[in-house]
Amino acid sequence: MSIAAQEPGAASRARPFPANWPARLGWMALAAYTVYAASLFQLTWERFVVGLDNGAKFIGRMLPPLLDKWALLARGLSESLEIAIISTVIGVAIAMPIGLFAARNMMPPWVTWPARGLIALCRSFHPVIVAILFVKAVGFGALAGIMALIVASIGFIAKLFAEAIEEISLKQIEAVRATGAGFANVLIMGVQPQVLARFIGFSTYQLDSNLRNSTMVGIVGGGGIGATLFTAFQRFDYDFVLTILICIIAMIMVGEVLSGWVRRTFQ
Amino acid sequence: MTVRTNGVEGAAESRALVLRKLSKEYVRGKPVLRDVSIAFAGSGLTAIIGPSGTGKSTLIRCVNRLVEPSAGEILFLGQDLARLRGRALRGARRRIGMVFQEYNLVERLTALENVLCGRLGYVSPLRAWLRRFPQEDIDAAFDLLEAVGLADRAGQRADALSGGQRQRIGIARALMQRPDLLLADEPTSSLDPKTSVEIMELIVDLAGQRGIPVIVNIHNVELARRFAQRVIGMTGGSVVFDGPPDALRDEHLKQIYGGEAWL
Repeated sequence: MSIAAQEPGAASRARPFPANWPARLGWMALAAYTVYAASLFQLTWERFVVGLDNGAKFIGRMLPPLLDKWALLARGLSESLEIAIISTVIGVAIAMPIGLFAARNMMPPWVTWPARGLIALCRSFHPVIVAILFVKAVGFGALAGIMALIVASIGFIAKLFAEAIEEISLKQIEAVRATGAGFANVLIMGVQPQVLARFIGFSTYQLDSNLRNSTMVGIVGGGGIGATLFTAFQRFDYDFVLTILICIIAMIMVGEVLSGWVRRTFQ
Repeated sequence: MTVRTNGVEGAAESRALVLRKLSKEYVRGKPVLRDVSIAFAGSGLTAIIGPSGTGKSTLIRCVNRLVEPSAGEILFLGQDLARLRGRALRGARRRIGMVFQEYNLVERLTALENVLCGRLGYVSPLRAWLRRFPQEDIDAAFDLLEAVGLADRAGQRADALSGGQRQRIGIARALMQRPDLLLADEPTSSLDPKTSVEIMELIVDLAGQRGIPVIVNIHNVELARRFAQRVIGMTGGSVVFDGPPDALRDEHLKQIYGGEAWL
């Protein structure tokens, strides 16, 4: 009995669900560390209440939202939209071949490794850091923002494309290959139909994400509504800040609705 | 075990297929096919029977090189298919149609597009992408859809079809290649008994009309007896029976499948 209980897959009638001590210890360690880390920053209730007080004043100064800088607002928003769309289109276009090259079921290792390295490089920094690098490299303005978001799009989309291609049914590919089709035709009639809907899904998700990020690259000098927002913060124009925030929320929500509609169309 | 060559010399120009000492090892030292030599005539249906895991699928996948043989020759249409690479291999594959156990249709393409996949060895990528197939191919595809009884399903996506319908599309796709040989790997194993017979009849009729020889893996002995002109029994990677269906006796089946309780 005791010998059988040690074998993997064995369970005894008396204790069919034995305790998993390594997992329990792991959870306890996580809880203990969280409490310890919080104590380091003196995250006390009093500190929170002081913060709330300050927050109430801040919100008070935001209301009512300022409604007379429409030209500035419209310029910032349209620039953010342009940054988002340009960077998504170019980023997805570059990510598609890289994703294919990174798919281990389609390409030999000497192709997938460099492609995977490039993807890892694109993913290793947050878009803000990439945006700062490009602002330093090519100067202030939308170009730096676009380039930063292209890099982010490549990293994200190429990785998901590669994974989608690696999950396709090889039986369908086998049948297309058996007809004597060349590699390009296998891609067009065997691979593409299997991954198109997911590619569309990833791309519209990336457009959503770039729309959000396009408001952010402006803060570090990459153009768009973020620049307007940052200036408003620095000038303590909190009422204008609120207007900008509301507009960004509206833009993101419209984007969500549109991309959901696109995804349904390509199901 | 002697290799039958009846009808093969006379049909040298024809669609005969000769396997010589074909071997396959997926893992070194564990052969799945052991020096298999078979001459297939240039017409008629040959059934390969045998238990699961005995190398039947490997054997027919070696013929169109979906599986790389470890050694041996595959002589078809005047060339050794085992030696072909790249463009020449794709050229040879165009001449060989294949029907699969699980149909292997591209699920998100329509029935018509799946049938037209049979022309992908001939159509350029740009034309395939834009779906600008030559009109004669489109006509042929509709004719085949009609022949398999699915003309009204041309625009339906493959994943909306039943198993029997999918296999009909699979047959149409294989014949769309205008092949010189039709391989069928367990074409009825995923289907109910009635549909299985219908599918076998369809294969025999359509290939017969076109004079295409058929090699079919099948583990249903009754279907093999009913539709084949020749039965090859395999076990453990070797041929242990080769003859007309009438010659197949219980002792052969015992040797092929092992045991006798099921007989």
